[in-house]
Amino acid sequence: MSAMIRLATDKLTAMYGKFTAVKSATLEFGANQVHALIGPSGCGKSTFLRALNRMHEMSEGGWITGRVLLDGTDIYARGVNPMQLRRRVGMVFQRPTPFPTMSVFDNVSAGLRVNGRPGKAEIREVVERALRRAALWEEVKDRLNTSALALSGGQQQRLCIARTIAPEPEVILLDEPTSALDPQATQRIEELVFELKQDFTIVIVTHNMQQAARVSDTTTFFYLGQVIEHGATRQMFTAPKHDQTEAYITGRFG
Amino acid sequence: MNRRVLRHWMSNVMVVVMALSVLLAVLPLLWILGTLVLKGASSLNGAFFTQMPAPAGETGGGVAHAIVGTLMIVGQACLFGLPIGIAAGIYCAEYAGTRLAKGARFLADVMNGTPSIVVGVFAWTWIVAKQQHFSGFAGSAALAMLMVPMVMRTTEELITLVPHSLREAALALGYSRWRTSLSVVLRTALPGIVTGVLLAVARIAGETAPLLFTALGSQFMSTNLNQPMAALPLVVFTYATGPYEDWHRLAWATALVLIVVVFLLSVAARLATRQRFDRQG
Repeated sequence: MSAMIRLATDKLTAMYGKFTAVKSATLEFGANQVHALIGPSGCGKSTFLRALNRMHEMSEGGWITGRVLLDGTDIYARGVNPMQLRRRVGMVFQRPTPFPTMSVFDNVSAGLRVNGRPGKAEIREVVERALRRAALWEEVKDRLNTSALALSGGQQQRLCIARTIAPEPEVILLDEPTSALDPQATQRIEELVFELKQDFTIVIVTHNMQQAARVSDTTTFFYLGQVIEHGATRQMFTAPKHDQTEAYITGRFG
Repeated sequence: MNRRVLRHWMSNVMVVVMALSVLLAVLPLLWILGTLVLKGASSLNGAFFTQMPAPAGETGGGVAHAIVGTLMIVGQACLFGLPIGIAAGIYCAEYAGTRLAKGARFLADVMNGTPSIVVGVFAWTWIVAKQQHFSGFAGSAALAMLMVPMVMRTTEELITLVPHSLREAALALGYSRWRTSLSVVLRTALPGIVTGVLLAVARIAGETAPLLFTALGSQFMSTNLNQPMAALPLVVFTYATGPYEDWHRLAWATALVLIVVVFLLSVAARLATRQRFDRQG
């Protein structure tokens, strides 16, 4: 891993009230790479992901100790505005979440109007670019003003990706982005993730081992809230260092 | 085998019993509508909507004064009741766990079950008796008091129905909490809230008891909310209990108009909801 470190966690512990979901995770994520987080349900991988853009604290009883460093700066430091942070660290969820009252166009531009008021022409340009990068432009260019709910599930998820990349974040967090989609739509998203890493650093939670193997550069295996193993994906899937990792990726438990 | 036949037979009997119950349930409504149309429709003409009441004992005349009065009283009740009800509903949904929200929710439920005449007496004590005169304003206040808890609970319930994932998606885009509430959550719940509001308006438009103690009613055209004012339900009450045949005729017609207004508001509410489902499908 010779890449520049974009995101790092330092003894990150994430709690729900008194329950510890993630225990003291210290990890580094290189820039312009795809990082997969795997592990059985309830292992803390989603909670860990949500701590990276401070969405964890929006959950009931959510709090953390430790540090999360984005470009070397602690995002939990005093004086950091979580709303501004979330514009630098975007997030896409398990189920597509287009805003139902907005058109396709308005969905993509939803994150742009948060900061100041860019001009109309500028917004149009950004929306088109975001949709092109999300590989959705050709399918929706003639119905930008129709309801986002008229799109298929896979298109809706790509729309959410377009919405997330439109404000130009540095990091994109994907929380099981294909688990509600059919195999074809899943494949398109995976291809997209591969494209997007040229411009963004991507952290993806997945419970699909093949997906992790296909799209990621590094993989982290979580079990019972702890990081069991973290390393290059190829190495992890061919020669895991821990027995538990091997047992999980070969499907013996989880 | 025998048992199966018996079971089959019992099932059919029960279906018939329930179907009859349905008919019995809607029968009064159909009966009421039929009676109103029979007795009231013939009196509905241009004069009914545009003219003032004729002097007592004479035939003809209309209820223009009550139409104007109802519009003004209900309009003013909405002016105060809707913003308060909607804002309180948003609070109860967004801060659902707080003591204030829990208490308000409980009180609103009690209020929704309180007979409207109680609200009328209350408004009489605190507004009419203090000012020493009846007024359209007092009527509006009573209706607004009835409206707030209805609107508040509907707003709250519909906001709570908006999927949590939408709220998270907005927050993850860098939206502030209040902006998430307004431009995503409230906007998504809006068609449903409009429905609830229309139904609340329909209900208070037909309220009679609270107006008896407050707006009182009047035989004259008045747009001064500080004076006693006519309203459609009051016309029904006064004319139906009055001694003249022509008054009875007008009371039937007015009752028909009231039920048509409620019917139209309900239809509007349905249209608002249907649009919502279309957009989701």
